[in-house]
Formats: sequence, C-alpha cells, structure tokens
Amino acid sequence: MTREDIKIYVLDSLAGRMTCREFVEIVTDYLEGSMTFWERIRFHLHLGLCFGCRVYLRQMKQAIHTLGRLPQEPVPPAVREQLLERFRNTSLHRPW
Amino acid sequence: MRQVAATVAGQVDISIEQELFGGSQARSSAPEEIGLLERLRQGDEAAFASLVDRHHGALLRLAMAYVSDRSIAEEVVQETWMGVLEGVDRFEGRSSLKTWIFRILTNKAKTRGVRESRHVSFSPLAASQENPEEPAVDPTRFQTTGHWAGYWVSYPQPWDENTPEKLLLSQEGTTFLEQAIEALPGKLRQIIVMRDVEGLSSDEACNILGISETNQRVLLHRARSRVRKALEKYLEGGVRPA
Repeated sequence: MTREDIKIYVLDSLAGRMTCREFVEIVTDYLEGSMTFWERIRFHLHLGLCFGCRVYLRQMKQAIHTLGRLPQEPVPPAVREQLLERFRNTSLHRPW
Repeated sequence: MRQVAATVAGQVDISIEQELFGGSQARSSAPEEIGLLERLRQGDEAAFASLVDRHHGALLRLAMAYVSDRSIAEEVVQETWMGVLEGVDRFEGRSSLKTWIFRILTNKAKTRGVRESRHVSFSPLAASQENPEEPAVDPTRFQTTGHWAGYWVSYPQPWDENTPEKLLLSQEGTTFLEQAIEALPGKLRQIIVMRDVEGLSSDEACNILGISETNQRVLLHRARSRVRKALEKYLEGGVRPA
C-alpha cells in the first residue's frame, strides 16, 4: 500500500468520502458555524488529509479578511456641508 | 479593524479567527452609540457630523449595490440621512445603530431601484444570479475519473501570509477588489458588502434583506467564492483591474 492508498482508505472509511469538490461548497457552512457535529468532523477529517483544501480554506479566510479592511471613501466636503446644512433646518436642531 | 496595519502573520491569523467566529449574534447598540444618539436627539450637530463621517462611505458602497448609477446612489444616501434624522426619536436601540441606518438605506434604495428598473433593460448579470448550481470552483480544477475523481487536479497555490495587507497597500489591489465586488450581481453584492465589508452579523443581514438564514448563506457562499476566484486570478495570473 502506498501512502496515497492509505490516505484514500482513511478518507473513505472514516470520513465518508468527501471530495475536494464537495469541500469547496461547504466552506461557508463551516465558517458560518452552521454545520452539525458530524458534518464538522467530516470536514475536519478531509481538511487534515488534504493540503489543497487547507490552502483553499486559508485563501477564503484571507479574502474575507481583506474585504473587511477595504478603506472607505471619505465624505466629500461639499456633501458633508450640505448634510449639516440640512440638519440645521430640521426640528432636531436647537442652536444654543 | 479597518486600518491597514503591518501585522505579523500570527497576529493576522488570530484576528481572522476572531472576526470570523466572533459576534455572529445580532448586536444591540453599543454604549458609545447610545451616547451619540442621545447627543443627536438633543440637536448636537457634532454628533450628526460624526455619524456622517463614520458611515457615509459604507452607505454609498451599499447603495451602489442596489442602484447602478452613482449619482442616484448618492441621492439615496442623502435621503437615508434625512430618514435617520426623521426617525432618530423612534429608534429604540434594539439593533446596532449601523444596522438601523443600513435598513433605512435599503428601504430607500429598493424604492429607488424599482423606479429605475423600469428604465433599465434586463442585464446578463442579473440572469447569472439565478443559477443556484453555480460551482464555487471551476469544475475543470477537479479530476473527473479514477480513484481521485472529485479531488484537485493541482492544488491551489498558497497566498502570501500578508496578502490582505499587501493587497490593500496598493491602489491597484484595492481597485481590483472593489471591481470584483462591483462585478457581482445585486443580491450577492449586497450580502457580501453587509457581511464581509461592513461586518454585520448574519442575523442582521437576514433581517435587513428579509431573507432566511439558509438563503443568506447560499448567497454569501456564491459571493465569497467569486471574490476568492477573482483574487486568485489577480494574485497568480497577473489579471489587472480594468
């Protein structure tokens, strides 16, 4: 038995065969914490045995992390001034 | 959270975990927000200015996910601010202030979007939104026959540990990512902006969009998969922003 054969044997018998193709479709369920206990076990087993899917999960996390750090466009000064002007004209505004 | 800081790899990892797994519950208003609200209700202009500074960019980004035209999006954001001022006395702080403002925006944007759609022809992008079977990864990347059917043909290439920082430090990288978001069809774009760019919880996003948790997750999955795919092309293949 080669190393790869052992690997696939473990995958098949323990994890119920999860392919990489299946893995990439349930990554979000995993990250969202919406898996059942057994789904999570299967996911982790595949993850532990598959380098490609470890990379994939990592890329997904990096992508999400990058999205969360996108800089915001600053408010254009004219727009800001216009909004504050409108604020002054509302009933909320009490100049004192 | 939004500052682009040079962080060592280990720390990035921890912060990613925290961001992904922390705070999936709907949040009520933070004490700091309540203070701001109180000042706003009392007519404090500086409080309003601070609210505008803090959220205007996010509102514009979200508005753009509803209406195609930038000038219309800007109007929607203005209307939203007026809505905030009109409604501030009724806001009870059961959701976070941001969620509440986002909800006002989506209502204004939807009204506007419906009006606009009468003039806009059906776009091919809207059609691709309807494919529920869209795979996260190009099927040709997986083997089709033999013992390893369904496994990678060749593994994805690991990205540099500091990918988020590196991408965002360059104007080109930021532009590319913005364009990847813009290329998403409406619903996918709305969900990814709310969840991943603005950091709303799934409860908050479901609430604003009026969709089920499962539906939300399916949309988010497709949106994230497309963005990852785009980034992969950019990082490995030298695709450049248009």
